[in-house]
Amino acid sequence: MKDQNIEDELASIRNLMERSSKFISLSGLSGIMAGVYALIGAAVAYHLIYGSTGFIHTDFEVMAKSDGLSVINLYIRLLTNLVIVAVLVLILAMGTGVFLSYRKAKKRGESLWSPTTRSLLFNSALPLVTGGLFMLIMVTRGYYGIVAPASLIFYGLAVISGSHYTFTDVKYLGILQIILGLIAALYPGYGLIFWALGFGVLHIIYGSIMYFKYDR
Amino acid sequence: MKIPFDKLDKAFENRLRLQIMSVLVANERYDFNSLKDLLDITDGNLASHLKGLEKEEYILVNKSFLGRKPNTTYQATEKGRKAFIDHLDALEKLIKQQKLI
Repeated sequence: MKDQNIEDELASIRNLMERSSKFISLSGLSGIMAGVYALIGAAVAYHLIYGSTGFIHTDFEVMAKSDGLSVINLYIRLLTNLVIVAVLVLILAMGTGVFLSYRKAKKRGESLWSPTTRSLLFNSALPLVTGGLFMLIMVTRGYYGIVAPASLIFYGLAVISGSHYTFTDVKYLGILQIILGLIAALYPGYGLIFWALGFGVLHIIYGSIMYFKYDR
Repeated sequence: MKIPFDKLDKAFENRLRLQIMSVLVANERYDFNSLKDLLDITDGNLASHLKGLEKEEYILVNKSFLGRKPNTTYQATEKGRKAFIDHLDALEKLIKQQKLI
């Protein structure tokens, strides 16, 4: 056996161990796009909530009167619209993520659906579903303020739990989201701003780093 | 200086077996079809090498059903893990000694 042979052998082992246990088709570009969608969504939500009166001067009773609605009905309409925006952002972000990952996997001649992908999805879905149900329960009890901090915290936990199956860098994104979520819990009323920072700005920064590090 | 070729595991002489083992060491378990996709080899080829590793007691086979489809997963045994690491150590020593010569 020659030197070169052994080194080839070791390189192929290292490559296989990494390829089989890590989801490396994750695209940095999809992180950037998710951030962009989130920022657009946050801007739309801002308009829905505060309208043209601005952040400080919104008075829901005045708004209700001018629209000829009761305050409760205004809340319900607002909540429905916000949920629609959130779901649209989620679908767009996930759709782009799946599409770009599929393209990246195809370019490398690998299949997207593997045991690693399944582990990644299962392990990140667990905190996400838990958080989603928890928020749903709290919202039906009237704790609207919990949505921004809880979505950041549970999303951060999901990212960390999924990071074991993909690039380790992803873990730091999760930690930052959790920190931001905790700060958001300290400042009620500024949820939308923290939400835009976490899901928008952090995703764009992190997606750019991943793009330049792994995609090119 | 004696080159420790004898330390190399005969079961890993075939490159594919070593590759299969490396996947099973890096993952808790792996199923047949995913292994086939990953290594890009034929059913028969993969099956015969898995048999070989099973005979050495380096891997465990779990047969189950997903609905109606048979789903066979494989996992490395303690013995297999140790053999894999020893083999890599031996390869490493070989490289070091050949650099000295």
